[in-house]
Amino acid sequence: MSTIVYIPKDAAALSVGADAVAQAIAEQARARSLTVTIKRNGSRGLLWLEPLIEVETATGRVAYGPVSLADVPGLFEASFLQGGAHALHHGLTEQIPYFKNQQRLTFARVGLIEPTNLQDYCAHDGYRGLRQTLQMGQAQIVQAVTDSGLRGRGGAAFPTGIKWKTVLDAPAAQKYVTCNADEGDSGTFADRMLMEGDPFALIEGMTIAGIAVGATRGFIYLRAEYPHAYRTLNEAIAVATSQGYLGANVLGSGHRFDLEVRLGAGAYICGEETSMLESLEGRRGEVRVRPPLPAIKGLFGMPTIVNNVISLASVPIILDKGASFYRDFGTGKSRGTLPIQLAGNLKRGGLVERAFGVSLRELLYDYAGGSASGRPIRTVQIGGPLGAYVPAAQFDTPVDYEALSEIGALLGHGGIVAFDDTVDMAHMARYAMEFCAIESCGKCTPCRIGSTRGMEVIDRIMVGVNPQQNLTLLEELCDTMLNGSLCGLGGMTPFPVQSALKHFRQDFLKFRNP
Amino acid sequence: MISQIHSIIERFRSEPGPLILVLHAIQAEFGYIPEEAKAVVADGLNLSRAEVHGVVSFYHFFRHSPPGRHVVQLCRAEACQSMHADKLATHAQHRLGIGFHETTADGEFSLEPVYCLGNCACSPAMMVDGQLYGRMSNERFDEVLAEQQLPHQRPGS
Repeated sequence: MSTIVYIPKDAAALSVGADAVAQAIAEQARARSLTVTIKRNGSRGLLWLEPLIEVETATGRVAYGPVSLADVPGLFEASFLQGGAHALHHGLTEQIPYFKNQQRLTFARVGLIEPTNLQDYCAHDGYRGLRQTLQMGQAQIVQAVTDSGLRGRGGAAFPTGIKWKTVLDAPAAQKYVTCNADEGDSGTFADRMLMEGDPFALIEGMTIAGIAVGATRGFIYLRAEYPHAYRTLNEAIAVATSQGYLGANVLGSGHRFDLEVRLGAGAYICGEETSMLESLEGRRGEVRVRPPLPAIKGLFGMPTIVNNVISLASVPIILDKGASFYRDFGTGKSRGTLPIQLAGNLKRGGLVERAFGVSLRELLYDYAGGSASGRPIRTVQIGGPLGAYVPAAQFDTPVDYEALSEIGALLGHGGIVAFDDTVDMAHMARYAMEFCAIESCGKCTPCRIGSTRGMEVIDRIMVGVNPQQNLTLLEELCDTMLNGSLCGLGGMTPFPVQSALKHFRQDFLKFRNP
Repeated sequence: MISQIHSIIERFRSEPGPLILVLHAIQAEFGYIPEEAKAVVADGLNLSRAEVHGVVSFYHFFRHSPPGRHVVQLCRAEACQSMHADKLATHAQHRLGIGFHETTADGEFSLEPVYCLGNCACSPAMMVDGQLYGRMSNERFDEVLAEQQLPHQRPGS
């Protein structure tokens, strides 16, 4: 009898040697005349354990990790194909506390199934949401999404259903559904994991969106830094098209929906929705003035849904299980679950999907186990390069849109990057300005020029040139950028700088030699 | 070269908003966007040369000159910084003897900064010729570099 061994082909697992481990396991099995079937799944999100291999046993999938090439012979000696004891043995994957204490809705299948195996997808509740949708009217579908309380997971947190309703109500000969997969925030990888681990969930979500608003064409705008996701998505789209889930007549319903992946070209600003639309149209990714909203006048001037990967991939389960099922997770105005990404200097980095409301402390210590370096965590940056730095004194804050906003922080796309006490916050503030200078599209002067002036002012402060006057100047510059920029790049780059100034001012005043 | 560019343009001409698709295909073919390609693309897609140049120069991904045989992209963003990517960057520059945006004299390696590879729980990260690497150290960097320089072996040989 053949034993099934799961070895992820998620890019993070590949980055630490999963392919070589897969090859070694196949070779060892052959040499020992054992029959194994290797299945390549997505990642379970326990990223510190990657490559995490799982063996299918009578009681469930047993985890071993992180497995290096050198560990493979020892695993065979320890009878890992029967779930045998070994230093890297973690018992049943789904009983590992990090995994067990999650609420996986959007990520329910990620790491569980073979990503581009449509039968596997359907066997795990896939395409139930779409089938449900085909029994409903357009307004009813949009209402379900509105009722679920789903808000845009890309960072802006705008209610998804309201956006869809605007597109539905806009009369036009052609409408579009676009997926923003330009996941550029440092500390975030949920989009990538989902696209590589469960691409049909995104495809199904976009198909439902298309039917809901009457759009016949969809585009996934994917960043060029994600070649693995590009291959997986294209493979899944081809499978879905050949099986009638995409194309001229979706499941014989008479609805048309065609889907295409387009690659970005290394511009962070193209994660901003109007800039993304410009880029999809083949132009420089300069932001547009709003209004008109993309929902009214979006791609090629037509009504367009622009949603993040996680927002769209959450739609199938909402339609399948009902709006109230989803809305019952969460707190206040933050409904449903959030895939939180624990990154940077942490002992157990990975993906934790939980209902809104879990505290930062629980995430950083119970899940992540503190810093990787063993030193105290001094601060975390939440929501990418435009997010505020939160000091340790505020780690009891719950992770939801409103609670973070109250302490002057933002949730963004749900990435949390931890820094230990060796971090120099003046340096990080300078980096925020530097990043803005590199990535500014150039349209607004405060962003284009202010960011470079910001670096220069921080440089002067760091070497002790008129520090008090220059700190005042820096605060004024932040105010100008914040109020004088069209989009979030110039308008939010001040957040990390201001939070560093507020919580870690001493770092700016320990003067370094020029 | 010109005829290859013409056939790339033909392939994408009927797509909506085709310019970036065409540029990606040109870079996949030649490794960069040759200066002489811009006029051909502009003519083929009914755009001005300024529009084509504007797009090529806007996006970090498009190169203006041929890259080295191997392109090393080091992540310089916050999550990797928290795991000392700055030290890795110093080591990489020292080891290759070049700065960012430069190519070694023997044409073997180009070094480029990148801002997030989505591998932030396995920081610091880098990518070499589209292959992702995580949990990098100075030693591991040297190993990966050495692997690239091995004479290309056939699988199984």
